[in-house]
Amino acid sequence: MNRPLPIVIAALRRPPRVVLTAAALVLLAATLAAGARAEVPGDVIAAERTRIEVIQRASRAAIAIFAGEAGGGSGVLVSPDGYALTNFHVVQPAGVAMKCGLSDGTLHDAVLVGLDPTGDVALVKLVGRDDFPFAELADSDLVDVGDFCFAAGNPFLLATDLAPSISAGIVSGTHRYQFPAGTILEYADCLQVDAAINPGNSGGALFDADGRVIGVNGRASFEKRGRVNVGVGYAISSNQLRNFLGCLKGGRLVDHATLGATVATAQDGRVVVSDILESSDAFKRGLRYDDEIVSIAGRPVRTVNALKNVLGIFPAGWRVPVVSRRGGRRSVDLVRLGPLHTSGELAKIVSGGEEPARRAPEEKPDDEKGIPRPPPRQGPGDAKRGADAPPPLPESLAGLFESRVGFTNYHFNALERDRVARALAGRHASLGEGPWVISGVLAKGEPFRIEISDRHATIDLPTGTSSIDPAGDLDAVPAPPGSGGMLAALVVWRRLLREGPAALGRTTYWGTAPLWSTVGTDIEASASPGTPGGVPLVDVLDTAVSSVEARFQIGADGVVLAMEMWPAPDDDPCEIRFADDGGNGPGRLEVRHGDELFGVFRVESFDAGSAGRSAADPLGSGIR
Amino acid sequence: MKAFAAAIVSAVLGGFLVDHPSCRARAATPGETVADAARRVVKIYGAGGVRGLEGYQSGILVSPAGHVVTVHSTVLDSDGIDCVLDDGRRFPATVVGVDPRRELALLSIAGEDLPAFSLPAPEDAPSPPVDRSAPGTRVFALSNLFSVAVGDERVSAQHGVISAVVPLEARRGAHEAPYRGDVYLLDFTTSNPGSAGGALVDWRGRLVGVLGKELRATATGVWLNYALPIDEVVGGYRQMSGEGPPLPPPPPDTPPFDLSRLGVVLVPDLLDTTPPFVESVRDASAAATAGVRADDLVVAVNGRAVTSRGALQRALGAIPDGDTVELTMIRSGEIAVAALGPKPATGTKP
Repeated sequence: MNRPLPIVIAALRRPPRVVLTAAALVLLAATLAAGARAEVPGDVIAAERTRIEVIQRASRAAIAIFAGEAGGGSGVLVSPDGYALTNFHVVQPAGVAMKCGLSDGTLHDAVLVGLDPTGDVALVKLVGRDDFPFAELADSDLVDVGDFCFAAGNPFLLATDLAPSISAGIVSGTHRYQFPAGTILEYADCLQVDAAINPGNSGGALFDADGRVIGVNGRASFEKRGRVNVGVGYAISSNQLRNFLGCLKGGRLVDHATLGATVATAQDGRVVVSDILESSDAFKRGLRYDDEIVSIAGRPVRTVNALKNVLGIFPAGWRVPVVSRRGGRRSVDLVRLGPLHTSGELAKIVSGGEEPARRAPEEKPDDEKGIPRPPPRQGPGDAKRGADAPPPLPESLAGLFESRVGFTNYHFNALERDRVARALAGRHASLGEGPWVISGVLAKGEPFRIEISDRHATIDLPTGTSSIDPAGDLDAVPAPPGSGGMLAALVVWRRLLREGPAALGRTTYWGTAPLWSTVGTDIEASASPGTPGGVPLVDVLDTAVSSVEARFQIGADGVVLAMEMWPAPDDDPCEIRFADDGGNGPGRLEVRHGDELFGVFRVESFDAGSAGRSAADPLGSGIR
Repeated sequence: MKAFAAAIVSAVLGGFLVDHPSCRARAATPGETVADAARRVVKIYGAGGVRGLEGYQSGILVSPAGHVVTVHSTVLDSDGIDCVLDDGRRFPATVVGVDPRRELALLSIAGEDLPAFSLPAPEDAPSPPVDRSAPGTRVFALSNLFSVAVGDERVSAQHGVISAVVPLEARRGAHEAPYRGDVYLLDFTTSNPGSAGGALVDWRGRLVGVLGKELRATATGVWLNYALPIDEVVGGYRQMSGEGPPLPPPPPDTPPFDLSRLGVVLVPDLLDTTPPFVESVRDASAAATAGVRADDLVVAVNGRAVTSRGALQRALGAIPDGDTVELTMIRSGEIAVAALGPKPATGTKP
């Protein structure tokens, strides 16, 4: 059996152990020094010194989390502005506010930011400093069995002076799959360690020999000897954490992914599709019953466990390359992963009957492509504020929490959306309100011309001219034919660049997602998304405007790199890649619909209106 | 990081090994040592899967032709024993020999050129005594613990130190362990389900022992983390494969304490929490003579509290038949005590 590690509260007392410890250290140092001079070579002393320094540095990033009466656990700071990762099951009893202790003995208020209940991950933000010590996330795919590792945490809530306990060990196994045990907490692709992981270590980091985070400890195998370490602990891999971090920072209630298909191992050892939902994107991309799954996101799938492992590390809504085989034919598709739960199910799990403030009403499932529907805005007079009102936050956290259905803490969604808005505004300050004219040539050298203004949108192609009314419903007729709605997509794109996200409509920050290069062999890249050498993760904004839904991928410099636009939720979107932006707008547009490339538009001239930006407020006026 | 890990190893081992001539050549990293040894460990699946009895354990390949040494256990009480190799290949296995004294078994799988540990040749293997210099040796344990790894997933690696070489004085429930020779006590937890039969290797990847079955110390009742030393493994292998002297007969098992034989009929065990009420007491039985009555609620065995029918059964299971058991009962709100002795009470018919 194995299960997460809840913990009982221990009384907090400050023991008079400082003097004793200091005396012991002096004695120990003296003993060591005497022995060391005699026998131990310099490189061994140096290695030992390095290890002590690494552990000291890592300890500063470790935090103790106190969840009131219900206990507590551990966590790890991952940014100087106070974001810290921990387990869902550690913060669940705490509600939205908790106290976090640093190794220097200081106590900070922290607010809940984002939750991934399935993965047992929570993101909290400590307040009071902008220079918190923090640890960086390593590439956990490079971790090997036998590697030295150590856990820093708060087992049995021993740390009355808030300094973490360190337990060292080796990595016992990698890419382990642990079934949900009595709960929905599924540990996929996790690291197994023999460093002591005890109740209270939950949420604390597993560090490598360089003091970088390779995982977050949260689970252990126990048997008949009670809930104490038997040398078998599990840590959520840092690569999975990195995949979810963007979504968590956006204050979301994040779900895990499903392919929309079940698999089985065939007689000959191939992993084949045993059932598939016709509404899934995998089905739309052509995956069928009995097709062999060869690899997903560059990782070979040779067992059912391997499939669960690779799917378990991605948030719902990501697109990942799926390589499949039917007969002798191999195909590579970018498949949108669907959600594992309905948003109502997730909210139920999170509320757990304990925390009425976050109990959300039943909702119908998100649509298959995994785009969370922006929920209805709740006014101040909403019925939820009343008997169910959350307990008042400490003064230091005032204004840092906003309840909204579908989100863990909507305040942070607005924060991230505005950050992206500022980058967009900074990049596109010179865009005018007049008609935008884009002209150039298609792949075969034939000319094209696109003109978009507030009142009309037209595209001239060798096959004819198409127009739509930008002021009307954009889902009316996808134009030009075969594009899935390229003109409508460009209208939304222009409005995003000109007006900013807040003015567009219901725009939310989705998180981060990989920006895959165009479909082909190069999307089978083996390095994990977000790691050095892997596909970069970029910010994603979702919006619902004029009867369509759109999703934008935006670089750190404010450049819109890609967009998808759905005229109807169940249709394939029109996809546009904006490439070769030299500072004067995109140099090339690649337009796709479904599995078809509609066209590659090489831009020779881009006239973005004439006047300067109209809105004085770069964030628009819709932001509260 | 690998270099650093190697340095850590050196640091831990101290100057003593670093200066050793054999360490001048590039030593394998812990990861390489573990990976190399793990290829020679198999995951064994057989009978079990019911509560408290796992249907899996570990084994080590000791010949390229497919000889697997493992512990002799109920897992092997099956016609369908499977061995899964490090590369995911699954072989049906047959039991070709059993060493009841060491509680080892020898399996055979139909493989060729399999990665195997090379056991020391008989003339090189002092048997006995067991290597007395072993304490302090840093080791890795490789096993199928908790059945975490399946298919081509690598078995779990743990690390620690051989703490002591001591004679095994242990029991399983009421039974004394048959092996009374020396074992390596380990300073890390290997008494996990599925660990038994796994490999204990030193930091150079040499096999030094086989992880033992789950046992508790006779004196203290604590779970033992131990391994059968390589010399005993070699001795057992030679006997089981027909090279060594014939095997002695297995020692007789002592049956556990049997309450029903003394005349006590408990309420049916329906739930985990079924309270241990006495349903009835056979007339003129030992229990009746000792003063046990129907509807008594047993609350303690030899002074240790039992809260359920299952807990009572477990408490009795650890007591050898023939011992005296003191039952504490609640009867109509009063405490009653009865001592059930080893002799059949007077009055019972043969």
